[in-house]
Amino acid sequence: MNMTTQIEIYTGVIIEEEQSLSLAELCRFCALPAEQLLNMIEHGVLEPLNPKEPLPHWRFAAHYVVRVQKALRLQRDLGVNLAGAALAMELLDEITQLRKQVEFLQR
Amino acid sequence: MQYKDYYKIMGLQKDASQDEIKRAYRKLARKYHPDVSKEADAETHFKEVGEAYEVLKDPEKRAAYDRLGSNWKAGQEGFQPPPGWNAGFEFHGGGFTDSGLGAEQFSEFFESLFGRGAGEFYGGNRASSFRQMRGEDSRAMVFINLEDAYHGATRSFSLQSTKLNAQGEPELHKRVLKVKIPQGVKEGQNIRLHGQGSPGMGGAQAGDLYLEVAFNPHKLYKVSGREVSMDLPITPWEAALGTVVTVPTPKGKVDVKIPAGSSSNKRLRLKGYGIPGKLPGDFYVTLEIALPVDLSEEDKVHYLALQKAGRHFNPRAHFGT
Repeated sequence: MNMTTQIEIYTGVIIEEEQSLSLAELCRFCALPAEQLLNMIEHGVLEPLNPKEPLPHWRFAAHYVVRVQKALRLQRDLGVNLAGAALAMELLDEITQLRKQVEFLQR
Repeated sequence: MQYKDYYKIMGLQKDASQDEIKRAYRKLARKYHPDVSKEADAETHFKEVGEAYEVLKDPEKRAAYDRLGSNWKAGQEGFQPPPGWNAGFEFHGGGFTDSGLGAEQFSEFFESLFGRGAGEFYGGNRASSFRQMRGEDSRAMVFINLEDAYHGATRSFSLQSTKLNAQGEPELHKRVLKVKIPQGVKEGQNIRLHGQGSPGMGGAQAGDLYLEVAFNPHKLYKVSGREVSMDLPITPWEAALGTVVTVPTPKGKVDVKIPAGSSSNKRLRLKGYGIPGKLPGDFYVTLEIALPVDLSEEDKVHYLALQKAGRHFNPRAHFGT
């Protein structure tokens, strides 16, 4: 009997480098109905890669899954509406960007 | 069990009005929300505040909690609810429960008073409860070394999560996850581990785990996207006469030619020596002329000779004075 316990090593994928998703695939990954995602697109939380094309052909960057979930958490936990969550996320993105710049310049 | 002072947690007096409680909660929720706050223990605070609000915003629960009396101090051990402590109280829950936390997130103290079912009807799975009982996705931030992004590595991370045990009861769960760090990962990117999120309900699929990658600060290198840079100190005579310096990059040592007449802040590029990828980043060295601190008499003689030789050089000519 082999008495050593093997700890499994997990291999993941970098979602920022994954293939883009269709609206249906994004819905499945986020477990959300399409109307809710379309609502988020309207508020600028996410943006199709090819907005000029008709809706059924829209593609989305795979890392939007993380962004959609963040928008949901902010709405649920802070009692803000979608527009409020979108604004908060834009400002948070900007703060992150500025913090990085400050860190880069200070070192 | 520890007694929890819900008023203290929310920074409120015992006679706070329901409106005050609501205002305090909204403020603290924004302050400690894990997506907003940069504080290390934001999540713990956020959960604590959510639990306190769950009790205080509901006049029924609040009255019952108040009746426990002020004999208990926050954190005091040995707490047991007295028998029949809640006799005559009816808990309706509905309508008062929207702190955004699932009941499974609450402490043992909360459970001993209000039971686990107190918040069940709104569960923690709202995001995905629409039509599936797939487990919720989880997320965690992980810190890796820059070198891991260059070469790829296997790293262990210690993660905390809430999981259901065999009886279907939630338990705080600590686990160590060994994860392959893909070569070429950038700061801020997310690694998805399929099926490593919260378990699904009723045998359904588990959610995914998203690991957001951040780099540990490095004593030599600065990173921006795939671009990596470092300061390279050189002597005044190396700057004036030119030289070759061996530079330690994360990809290995590289001999870099410093051209004669290089000034401070001059940037030299080592193409493709940044973080690898389809479009590998570049590595930059920024020259920094360093001066010896303690001048010997001999040094001074040489500087004086330089001063004489360079008297026609005016680095401030553009001042126009």
